[in-house]
Amino acid sequence: MNTDAKSRLRRTMMFVPGNSPKMINNADLYGADTIMFDVEDSIFVSQKDAARLMVKYALKAIPFNCETAVRINHVTQTPFGIDDLKAILPSKPDLIRLPKTESVDEVRLVTKMIEEVEQREGFPAGSINIICAIESVRGLYEVRAIAKEPRVVAIALGGEDFIADLRTQRTQRGIEFYHARSEILLAARDAGIQAIDTVYAEVANLEGFRQEVTDIKDMGFDGKSVVHPTQISIVHEIYTPTEKQIAHAVKVLACYKDAVANNKGVLAVDGKMIDGPIVVRAERIVAQARAAGILAEEGYEDAK
Amino acid sequence: MQNKAGRELPTHIYGLKTYRPYEGLFIDPPAPVLMAGRTLRVGRPGSNKVLASLVEAVEATGLRDGMTISFHHHFRDGDYVNKLVMTAIASKGIKDIRIATSSLNDCHDFLIDYIEDGTVTALETSGLRGKLGAYLTQNPGKLKRPVIIRSHGGRARAIEAGEVKIDVAFMGVPTCDRFGNATGRIGKSACGALGYAMLDSRFAEQVVLVTDNLIDGYVFPYSIPQTDVNYIVPVETIGDPEGIASGILKITKNPIQLLLAEAAAKVIEYSGYFKNGYSIQLGGGGSALAAGRYIREKMIKQQIKGSFGVGGVTGVFAKMLEEGLFEICYDTQTFDTAPIQSLRENPRHVEMSCSFYANPWSPGPIINNLDVAILGATEVDLDFNVNVITNSNGQLMGASGGHSDIAASCKLAIIVMPLIRGRFPMVLDRVQNIVTPGESIDVVVTDRGIAVNPRRQDLIDNLRKSGLKLMTIEELQALAHRLIGKPKALALSEDDKDITAIIEYRDGTLLDVIRKPF
Repeated sequence: MNTDAKSRLRRTMMFVPGNSPKMINNADLYGADTIMFDVEDSIFVSQKDAARLMVKYALKAIPFNCETAVRINHVTQTPFGIDDLKAILPSKPDLIRLPKTESVDEVRLVTKMIEEVEQREGFPAGSINIICAIESVRGLYEVRAIAKEPRVVAIALGGEDFIADLRTQRTQRGIEFYHARSEILLAARDAGIQAIDTVYAEVANLEGFRQEVTDIKDMGFDGKSVVHPTQISIVHEIYTPTEKQIAHAVKVLACYKDAVANNKGVLAVDGKMIDGPIVVRAERIVAQARAAGILAEEGYEDAK
Repeated sequence: MQNKAGRELPTHIYGLKTYRPYEGLFIDPPAPVLMAGRTLRVGRPGSNKVLASLVEAVEATGLRDGMTISFHHHFRDGDYVNKLVMTAIASKGIKDIRIATSSLNDCHDFLIDYIEDGTVTALETSGLRGKLGAYLTQNPGKLKRPVIIRSHGGRARAIEAGEVKIDVAFMGVPTCDRFGNATGRIGKSACGALGYAMLDSRFAEQVVLVTDNLIDGYVFPYSIPQTDVNYIVPVETIGDPEGIASGILKITKNPIQLLLAEAAAKVIEYSGYFKNGYSIQLGGGGSALAAGRYIREKMIKQQIKGSFGVGGVTGVFAKMLEEGLFEICYDTQTFDTAPIQSLRENPRHVEMSCSFYANPWSPGPIINNLDVAILGATEVDLDFNVNVITNSNGQLMGASGGHSDIAASCKLAIIVMPLIRGRFPMVLDRVQNIVTPGESIDVVVTDRGIAVNPRRQDLIDNLRKSGLKLMTIEELQALAHRLIGKPKALALSEDDKDITAIIEYRDGTLLDVIRKPF
């Protein structure tokens, strides 16, 4: 039902305050894979309804050219979350981000509302999916179950709240997140979904940002939440495979295609045996290269 | 009459000569024109040019009702000279003065009072902003004739051709000696190049220098020579250093401007002109400045060396000169403190007059050699015509500057602007006012796509490889309308009495008139 949603490219998810018409209008211009309209933490209590309505109408009126997500308020711990969903779901965002997720019950409550709206509005089942943010120790202890809820396509680390819960602070080397990142990543992989890392709030420190993105990419994260357009190109650059990797991936896929077409059994590229995981990795590299604009659509066939 | 830019214009405009209509980018003068001259005056050994006050200078020059005076805009929004001089003139009870200045800024709003009391009755300028711009937009008829808007090159042409006859040029200079040799490179009010002052000093009937740094000994190198100077008036201060040079101009953090800058740099990279020996005009706007940074990175990476840069100069370009990425920098006005130092210390940073820069009636202004330029716009239209003088409400708030000069002369004129400002689409069916004809524009870069003038098929082919989103100008407009709708056209008075300003093309023909909005 939502297999594609579980695998689409999400190198960058950019937060956009839901009460800023200017930022909402321009949100998709910077090349983020996903734009995430926020009606939660960046919106003052007295502005909640204004932001909710603005996001609702923006999603209806503006043909954004990338994936859209809305970070709603907590559905059981605040009085705003349910109203957010009622207003925003009919505008059909691609994703709803649940903040401070701590139990599968929250996810199921939201899933039920999504299903009702999909049926009522005639949206195809699986149009609207869920990304859960883990922002507390309690949430982290539940993450394996949360990740396996069928509508959930990604788990995100909500770092700022998480370190508050841990009673520590952000460091450049990120030791405070070692366990949480590992746990989230493993839970996501176990459930066959994606893992998205937390924001890096020091917008002016591009070098520190670059280092952190390199680290989380090496860990295995699928992407990073960003808070400013200048961060996007850095993430994409780090997530762009090297020419050598691309050339190899193209070759692997071409050989694999040839093997399938001609019923060949075992195959090898450059003397190495090719099996399932290597093909999957090659497909991911080609997808990343295309997203970076360095490989044309169907490029790997041309390159054969 | 209709001109070649498709504008329906009155044959007679109150207070002005009969204009030839705009006929195209490069048209010869209708008859041979002699370069303007001035009365020769004899300075005797031992005579003293230094006067105690501006009132004395007004008396000494014999300035009287109906005369034309001029100023330059090198002090930008920090200028005090214009006000000091006008106060002296008004104190003498002189009326009916025509101000022919190279440009005006917000700091010149005080002129409203002198227009109201009849001291000033005519204005000729490159730009009009602030309260003065609003006042003149709303009050046609306060002046004896519409404001004449000229480009920098067009003004140089008009002065050299004798169409603008300056009786007294009041030139603020950051440093001068007791004989009149003057420079903008040093002094507490240093502004860098004096390209506009150089021209006025050369052609005005009389020249009064106003300075806050009168030095003993001799100024060298000088931008204005003592042979052009009649009087010198020392004053407390000629301007606010904050407004004159903007410290070090910082690269913008505005993400939209950065996006535009990156796209403009990419257009240049793939245009076919980005190769050894190319030349560029960057300008001082936010996006142009940021584009400079991207271009610099590309030049270093691809090991490309340019020949010259030209125009208003910023630190970004001074740095590229310093690094050897360009051979020469031609500077007519200097925007921030870093290039002022460069002008002082780097022999390849050359000061030039605005005539050398852009005068179309010369055997060759430097911009005739220019390859690429990045320019701004308040709005463009489906014919690629550009407005830089009025805003979406029809109010005077910009400046013609070198815009039309550069666009006509260079090989690749790139307009950079957001597609939408507030709730206004910036691609119109017809711009409110044409400052630069569409036939001289090659590419319009917006944050949502790029349109190439269809007469440049070569560029369209080259830019296909850039990965930029190429669209027709009509598609760009449709995209804007899809997002914010199509606003009702601005209603303007059709009464010829309500013409507030005219836009003279660089060759002296009539390009457009600016009418009062309802």
